[in-house]
Amino acid sequence: MTTLRLRPSRAPLLWLLFGAGGMLAALVGPMLVFITGIAVPLGWPLPADLLSYPRAMSFAQNWVARAFLLAVIALFAWHAAHRIFHVLHDLGWPTGRLAVLACYGTAALVTVVALVALVAVGA
Amino acid sequence: MTSGADETRQGHRYVRSMAGWWHRNPVYFWYMVREVTAVGVAVYALVLLAGVVSLALGEASWNRWLAAMRSPASIALHVLLLAGMVCHAWSWFAIMPKTMPMLFVGGKRVAASTITRAGYAAAVAAAALLVALAWWLRP
Repeated sequence: MTTLRLRPSRAPLLWLLFGAGGMLAALVGPMLVFITGIAVPLGWPLPADLLSYPRAMSFAQNWVARAFLLAVIALFAWHAAHRIFHVLHDLGWPTGRLAVLACYGTAALVTVVALVALVAVGA
Repeated sequence: MTSGADETRQGHRYVRSMAGWWHRNPVYFWYMVREVTAVGVAVYALVLLAGVVSLALGEASWNRWLAAMRSPASIALHVLLLAGMVCHAWSWFAIMPKTMPMLFVGGKRVAASTITRAGYAAAVAAAALLVALAWWLRP
């Protein structure tokens, strides 16, 4: 008698991270890009010193804000990794171990670095 | 048709080329545009990551990040990223009726257009909330 060994698939977890990141990006992505990348750097319509060092520090030391920043950075990275990995397949590029590592490995690295930086900000 | 062995022996096995498949049909083209918005999402995640790392490293590095964000190249990049994010949000809710489980209210299936509109409304509300928060936190 042969025994069938089933390995739990990683697909549901990766899809969950993809979906969560996609939803978060759809909800807050456009306005976050506008605030941090256009409005504050130009000083219009928001003041440039909205993100001055003491203000940015006190914002990032708030637990809710820190969880939000980590969620945005990590989930955006996992969302993008999953989509880019599938686009590689669509374009007929090799999707072996190297592609898995380049896509999901980068997302994992981004998550760890963001976590360490945000813990360091709070310390 | 005939067995593959015959065709390979003659060296004429026909394999339709997939090169450039996505720009031959508008449906596939928009599919690819939607998928490629992920590159913008990835770039923005890296921009924010650079920000929190700079913040953790202290005031001097944070000010360098702020200065980099003020450069014309960065502003131009963020205008592109904004377009990509809007495209992502638009397509995300446009296909949400197909990606989520069927939704029933009072025994009737919720229409696809209702789900999409609810998504757009949620996105507008979230954007308003962020603006309100930034306005409230302003010096």
